[in-house]
Amino acid sequence: MSDKLFSKTPEGPLGEKWTNHKTAVKVVSPANKRKLDIIVVGTGLAGASAAASLGELGYNVKVFCISDSPRRAHSIAAQGGINAAKNYPNDNDSVYRLFYDTIKGGDYRSREANVYRLAEVSNTIIDQCVAQGVPFARDYGGLLDNRSFGGAQVSRTFYARGQTGQQLLLGAYGALNRQISKGTVKSYNRREMLDLVIINGQARGIIVRNLVTGETERYGAHAVVVATGGYGNVYFLSTNAMNSNGSVVWQCYKRGALFANPCFAQIHPTCIPVHGEQQSKLTLMSESLRNDGRIWVPKKAEDIFKLRQKSIKASQIPEEDRDYYLERRYPAFGNLVPRDVASRAAKERCDAGFGVNETGRAVYLDFKTAIERLGKKVIEERYGNLFQMYEKITDVNPYEEPMMIYPAIHYTMGGLWVDYNLQTTVPGLFAIGEANFSDHGGNRLGASALMQGLADGYFILPYTIGDYLADKIQLPKVDTNDPAFEKTEKEIKDKIHRLFSIKGKEPVDYFHKKLGHIMWEYVGMARNEAGLRKAISEIRDLREEFWKNVNIPGENNEFNQELEKGLRVADFLEMGELMALDALQRRESCGGHFREEMQTPDGETLRDDINFMYAAAWEYVENQEPQLHKEDFQYEFVKLAIRNYKE
Amino acid sequence: MDFTLKIWRQKNSRERGSFCTYCIKDISPDTSFLEMLDILNEQLIREGSDKVAFNQGCRQQGPVVFDHDCREGICGMCSLYINGRAHGPDSEITTCQLHMRKFRDGDTITIEPWRSAAMPVIKDLAVERNALDKILQAGGYVSVNTGGVPDANTIPVPREKAEESMDAAACVGCGACIATCKNGSAMLFVAARVSSLALLPQGKIERARRAKEMVAKMDELGFGSCTNTRACEMECPKKISVAHIARLNREFLKAKLKD
Repeated sequence: MSDKLFSKTPEGPLGEKWTNHKTAVKVVSPANKRKLDIIVVGTGLAGASAAASLGELGYNVKVFCISDSPRRAHSIAAQGGINAAKNYPNDNDSVYRLFYDTIKGGDYRSREANVYRLAEVSNTIIDQCVAQGVPFARDYGGLLDNRSFGGAQVSRTFYARGQTGQQLLLGAYGALNRQISKGTVKSYNRREMLDLVIINGQARGIIVRNLVTGETERYGAHAVVVATGGYGNVYFLSTNAMNSNGSVVWQCYKRGALFANPCFAQIHPTCIPVHGEQQSKLTLMSESLRNDGRIWVPKKAEDIFKLRQKSIKASQIPEEDRDYYLERRYPAFGNLVPRDVASRAAKERCDAGFGVNETGRAVYLDFKTAIERLGKKVIEERYGNLFQMYEKITDVNPYEEPMMIYPAIHYTMGGLWVDYNLQTTVPGLFAIGEANFSDHGGNRLGASALMQGLADGYFILPYTIGDYLADKIQLPKVDTNDPAFEKTEKEIKDKIHRLFSIKGKEPVDYFHKKLGHIMWEYVGMARNEAGLRKAISEIRDLREEFWKNVNIPGENNEFNQELEKGLRVADFLEMGELMALDALQRRESCGGHFREEMQTPDGETLRDDINFMYAAAWEYVENQEPQLHKEDFQYEFVKLAIRNYKE
Repeated sequence: MDFTLKIWRQKNSRERGSFCTYCIKDISPDTSFLEMLDILNEQLIREGSDKVAFNQGCRQQGPVVFDHDCREGICGMCSLYINGRAHGPDSEITTCQLHMRKFRDGDTITIEPWRSAAMPVIKDLAVERNALDKILQAGGYVSVNTGGVPDANTIPVPREKAEESMDAAACVGCGACIATCKNGSAMLFVAARVSSLALLPQGKIERARRAKEMVAKMDELGFGSCTNTRACEMECPKKISVAHIARLNREFLKAKLKD
């Protein structure tokens, strides 16, 4: 175990760790909280809930977002739901079961104590959101309703139609707005963080670009919290929003924070398939649809031929000629296997030639059985907005013909390495939500991202950050004229100047698309040594080409979206290489990371617990290969097992 | 498909803007409207504005700035006025959900930003919507701190009320209702939040104060008055009903009568 990676996991039985830790950590008195400044970057579920909660506690909070309003953050697009171990349906759910499902779903590559804490606070999140007025779905008796998500055999997912992320974010945004009106939180919109400022080894501020005027601005604080989400947009086509980016995580990495498990990216099985080269992003169809939808492809090659010729419709293929391959391969979980398993199974069928559209990259998600069983009205109540969304995009009515779906990049489990306090390896720099690596291991279960974002922001960080800040009450407010600010700002301005001065031929998207192709091909759903080596060399070439031939039009001192993209893609071109490097060193298959060399005879992942039961945390070293540190995982409370969704 | 695009170009909030005309070719009907603009921008960067533009007098060069983010109709960031309609010629969508198959080959398409005094243009097609945040900061929440709340099931909510609350809570805050209203009124936006919370037991305690303060803030920020034209409901991408405006009016009146 690297000495850089001291996880601060508390001693004691699993169920008592968090309680013991809360007793042990230092607290800051109300009078002293007023003297302390905290910067929160990002306003999704994690950022908004953290900023609001820290403001309520009395800290001076500054919150930054890249959009025109905190409410635009991409948490808003989460559809299906949020997990909690309430056991309201009386189906024998418990904190332990939620913990166990999450560890198992992550293929035993996450920290036991963190995951248990997540399950432990999950119930309070639902209470909090209900108190804020989040209109969760309810039964006729007025109590909360639940549905099921992948990787679980209980119904523990709370939802607000297909807009759960939106409603939870509006709750957190409401709490944030309340603090803004009280003056405890100051909000800075249309600002993009461009670098982290470190003074005496501690995170003391950030440099941002005002996206409307182009000016760089300096902000100082006693601690910096990054809640800027994942880096799925490295792949160009993903379900992430266009402005979601991993640049802040990358800046922190280059300033000394370790980046853990960069190769763990989640590929979501149910997205609308790619339609052509002009496409800019992919749209997710919620996992909740797998509660009632059945996934299939035809059994007969001649049906595939006819479908591609459009001489028959899917609905005309008789029941006996359909291969419900998830139900066939995984009888115990059926259509509700975890995302990585469902994605690979779709790829396997399409690789075998059974893809149902012209590109051969699509399978069916069919509601015929559910509509026959429950009636169209019930299905409409449950998924109406998703069906409408599907029809608007594809021009096909999913009540009559099955949806066509295919896997796409959706979420990144990797992120900044954090200890039990959610602090990175840079003192005073905290990472929460998707931006950190801690809870989902090699694969995240559905409806757990919302849970983690809110757990970190509402109930974990507000406690753990006090432990750091308690020692900082004597530390004066940082002077933003400090040489460290000057130097960091100059480096950014030089980088921007360099980008403008290239005046090449190709727009930023050209490079982003090319990078996306490389990543999807070699660092996507199936990876192998030769491919990963090829990816690394191609990314290096592409990066070189980018710095010679990119064309950033306009000027810095204006609203310049091409410059914004250019800065992000410059980071993606470095990040992609680290992802491939990490995938290369992890010579095992686990969760979403599938190394073709390491698989069972029936095509399932083959983990190597003896050699790879660790988080791979990478340290940036200037002009050299990054250095690998390992946090070994010890499983004291769960028994390691092969993930089995078959029986 | 080929199109002629008349696009509003404006350097910043201080300078006057004007329309520039561009032509664009070989667009697939399955391309989304924003992807079509991406393609235009790529051409503007590659070839320079002079080659792509028809009218050489186009003062604003370079790619067209427009707001967008999730591209799946939920973040509320996209905000285009297309051929005289907020979010373009289809119902119940945001601009990012509009596809070129809704147009005819050879069409001329006019693209403008939201136009409303309370939402000024900051560049080309992007507008400033801070005013919407400010209205919500005036009371669009339930005043509870993190922690110390009761178990979720101790507050039963009738299903119909929860559903109706959800109908209103679906608002994405895009501003189409304001842009389309001849008075520039934000009534549907305010009503959606007030009504959503008023329908729930959690929101009832502060209902009077909330209605008064949000309406006062809306007036202060320069939004117009509601004259019940229902244009907002027609263009709302989430089909939020003007019935919520009626509820806002009731909430507001009840609150004022109590004063």
